[in-house]
Amino acid sequence: MTRFSAFSLFAKALGGHQGWPEQWPDAAPRPAYDAIIVGGGGHGLGAAYYLAKKYGITNVAVIEKGWLGGGNTGRNTTIIRSNYLYDESAHLYDHALKLWDGLSQELNYNTMYSKRGVMMLAHNVHDIQSFKRHIHANRLNGVDNEWLSAEEAKAYCPPLNIAPDARYPVLGAALQRRGGTARHDTVAWGYARAAAALGVDIIQNCAVTGIRRGADGAVEGVETTRGFIASKRIGVSAAGHSSVIMKMAGLDFPLESYPLQALVSEPVKPVFPCVVMSNTVHAYMSQSDKGELVIGAGTDQYVSYSQRGALHIVEHTLAAICEIFPIFRRMRMLRSWGGIVDVTPDRSPILGKTPVKGLYVNCGWGTGGFKATPGAGDLLAYTMAKDEPHPINAPFNLDRFRTGRLIDEAAAAAVAH
Amino acid sequence: MLLIHCPYCDEQRAELEFAYAGEAHIARPDDPAAMSDEDWQYYLFVRANPRGRHHERWRHTHGCGRFFNAVRDTLSDKFEVTYKAGEPRR
Repeated sequence: MTRFSAFSLFAKALGGHQGWPEQWPDAAPRPAYDAIIVGGGGHGLGAAYYLAKKYGITNVAVIEKGWLGGGNTGRNTTIIRSNYLYDESAHLYDHALKLWDGLSQELNYNTMYSKRGVMMLAHNVHDIQSFKRHIHANRLNGVDNEWLSAEEAKAYCPPLNIAPDARYPVLGAALQRRGGTARHDTVAWGYARAAAALGVDIIQNCAVTGIRRGADGAVEGVETTRGFIASKRIGVSAAGHSSVIMKMAGLDFPLESYPLQALVSEPVKPVFPCVVMSNTVHAYMSQSDKGELVIGAGTDQYVSYSQRGALHIVEHTLAAICEIFPIFRRMRMLRSWGGIVDVTPDRSPILGKTPVKGLYVNCGWGTGGFKATPGAGDLLAYTMAKDEPHPINAPFNLDRFRTGRLIDEAAAAAVAH
Repeated sequence: MLLIHCPYCDEQRAELEFAYAGEAHIARPDDPAAMSDEDWQYYLFVRANPRGRHHERWRHTHGCGRFFNAVRDTLSDKFEVTYKAGEPRR
């Protein structure tokens, strides 16, 4: 792997940038591996990287049906935050947030993590009470989150309309300053490049069609469109298709898959300094370094794998954005798309072991998995290497739907996720 | 946006008139006290979530207000059939 540095950039620039080698080889599957990761998104590639880097398991394959980061890793709105209510969630998401710090240096690949702050708007009394409860809970867990008045919110994000006669009046906001955005593609590419340099095989255009189990029930490997690949350890990190993969191993999961849409505007000069979320009217937005406004819409109401959603969902979000940020009323949108998100009943992920020996899962991140990418990869790698969950992801087991010990972030946020 | 045929109104109307109501044909337990924790897990939380034919409930909220069942392909989002609540699974 060629290390990127100011010197290497300069040297290659003299050659007209013609001499760059491919950043990781497009591997063909070998007959057997010590560990297989199903799903070549940020979470799966991260898991492969940490398996090799932290736990010394380098004979690893990442198997991806399409192309790297072409699923939800390339379809999300890149927001990073950790201001979740419950202790378990705060620890999980803050573990990820801490790993975002220094990730670019560790991978020698610029993930463009920008701590520009994530501001959540309060529009009514319930919002104020709920956000303040979140803020206090977060601070007890060592997670930064602070209350801003409407005027302070306006000062932090000047395009905001705080007029008292606005359709959605802004009564205040909760601000997590460590929150922000990162460039989603580079997260997948950076992990892929660093993992490949440690010996991980990254196999694209290879769909898993079955999971083979032995007489004792333990996994023996995966059937794929490119043949059988043996491994005693399989980690599934397949986002919207997780329940489809788990069925191949004979497991029923408490998951439903929904389309979630996002859209971007035409690029403009820097005008929007942070991330703003309004859960109550469902609008959230940031500005990419290219200048596009990146806007997240809601999920469609029905189960679907079609990777596209209905226009009225987008219209609803844009109507809210035009009210909250009147300066964007004449902005034109460039494109919109959908991703398929796997949602659990309590809106918290499932990350850990499964009832099948040798099969591990990282799923159920619903509409908010991107922010957790480094943490989810690290914890899946830990769980696979040690055959037991890390204390941080132990509460996020599959068994909680039987015992009833849910981590009910759905009720905590009281909004559609 | 989906176009949905309400079997009661016998009309094809826009999705905005309807509310999705989850997977269909999930029967309430006859004897809740006899259920194990695992039975409850299946009844409350586990869903088929198929890639393909999906049985689901819809409610014609802004029409007749009644619940009905549908079969829809979750890859194409096309409805195969809608039928009245209480009719056998298609």
